[in-house]
Amino acid sequence: MESIVQHPLFTPVVITLVIVGLFPLLAGYIVLLERKVLADMQVRLGPMRVGPHGILQPIADAVKLLAKEDVIPAAADRALFWLAPVIPAFTALTAFAVLPFSEYIVVTDVNVGLLVISAMSAVGVLGIIVGGWSSNSHYPLLGALRSSAQLVSYEVALALALICGVMTAGTLSMVEIVERQLERQIWFVFDHYGLMIIPFMVFLIAAIAETNRLPFDLPEAESELVAGFMTEYSGFRWALYFLAEYASIFVIGGAGVTLFWGGWLRPFPNVAWLEWPLNVAFPLVLFLAGGAGCFWLTKRLMPFSRWRAIFMAVIAVTLVITGLVFLIPAVNRAVIGLFWFLLKVGVIVYLMIWIRGTFPRFRYDQLMSIGWKYLIPIGMGAVLVNAVVGML
Amino acid sequence: MADTILFYIFAAFVLGGGVLTVTRRNSVHSALWLIVSLLGTAGLFLLRQAEFLFAVQIILYIGGVVLLILFVVMLVNLDETARLRQFNKAWWVALACAVVVGIEIWYVLNRGLETLEPGEAPQTAATIEGNTERLADVLFSEYLLPFEIASLLLLVAIVGSVVMAKKRI
Repeated sequence: MESIVQHPLFTPVVITLVIVGLFPLLAGYIVLLERKVLADMQVRLGPMRVGPHGILQPIADAVKLLAKEDVIPAAADRALFWLAPVIPAFTALTAFAVLPFSEYIVVTDVNVGLLVISAMSAVGVLGIIVGGWSSNSHYPLLGALRSSAQLVSYEVALALALICGVMTAGTLSMVEIVERQLERQIWFVFDHYGLMIIPFMVFLIAAIAETNRLPFDLPEAESELVAGFMTEYSGFRWALYFLAEYASIFVIGGAGVTLFWGGWLRPFPNVAWLEWPLNVAFPLVLFLAGGAGCFWLTKRLMPFSRWRAIFMAVIAVTLVITGLVFLIPAVNRAVIGLFWFLLKVGVIVYLMIWIRGTFPRFRYDQLMSIGWKYLIPIGMGAVLVNAVVGML
Repeated sequence: MADTILFYIFAAFVLGGGVLTVTRRNSVHSALWLIVSLLGTAGLFLLRQAEFLFAVQIILYIGGVVLLILFVVMLVNLDETARLRQFNKAWWVALACAVVVGIEIWYVLNRGLETLEPGEAPQTAATIEGNTERLADVLFSEYLLPFEIASLLLLVAIVGSVVMAKKRI
């Protein structure tokens, strides 16, 4: 037993298993968050029936998708139709291997970490194209064509934005990028007298386009293309596409957080007196407020029953206990990095949902002109300016 | 041991993918087998501790080149292309060339098989501290001029393709 724990592959394998096992659940809850936030923006309630305030909705959805009939169109290319949804799910989960969740929670730290993420997103596009083509149907093919053009265009802008960050860090390794921000005592987004905010904005826009989110969701634009490349997919295969989409949102958010927002570092990591307020008091207040909010929500359960109220109260108490755990110094040291990383990724995911709720979809020619005529020149200019300022 | 097994797996990727690329009738399948072949090459790069080449191989060749090939091939009417003859009249010339090259390789392999043993990978500073940084250093100091010439060549190619594609500029 001792020797298994001591083995150098032990920690990476455990972390991998936890990520692969937990991520589908997390993706389900990102979907729930998205539905709830969008509902709130549109003055609706969102899912309310399955569990109190729809808290069990992702599980119900997963069961529904698994139990659905698996339809393969008669004229489809069966082998490729089968293979296509596996590709993006595989690549998105592979990219998790280089994401540093905290100082201790990282599967592997390779010296081309950022390139691995960008390579995986490049291969992931194949899933969309192959899926769209193998369905042997018009809407999916149109969706696949749009997506390949879109993703190839925005990959350039994304790469230019990443280059700015890599240039400042001087390394491609994800862990070292964060350590470099600790050394320079500043998050890269504020570095170079604030000029790095430009590549960050380019990164954010290109990231939304790379993950096929509104306002750049032309590959699946439901009002024009039914569901784009996913039209012929149903049940579990469709769920794989969905999982891949949310995994890539998380990965690209994580890459952005690592490169621009200081990864697992707390804000002002070098100001010693902020240690207690930010690392102990802030999570405590956050979780206590969450718990109090849950208590308050028990009064607003739509189909009210005692069991639902008790369920809600249990969640509230769990949140409060989680908050109190941060008071124990040993536990705090172990989880605080993960807390900050997930909080920052959560902010980016929320930003993406917010943008989805506010912007209308771009027309195809607008999409191309934003990508080629604005983002790429701005990205090139940002590389130039940041290279000069970085040398000063 | 693990390295040897992985080498044979990646080699099978490269060769099998290559053979299937030229023999498939459906051109989309051909393009996808080409991806398998390129993935094998990327794996071989990784086995030789060339992480940067591995990542760039995937980003540029799979994410860029093959994607554009697929983009074009998807628009082709496949029923028609499947009925076309795959070989033209000069196939026996190619066959003869392949046989000659095959005999040559077999002969050379037979003569120098003992000296072919590759031996241990050198544990130089580059393999230990990460060769991505080394590559960047060398590329932007020693080989700066060839690098700039190559970028100029690419620029000319881009401008040329725009001139050829657009009737009216």
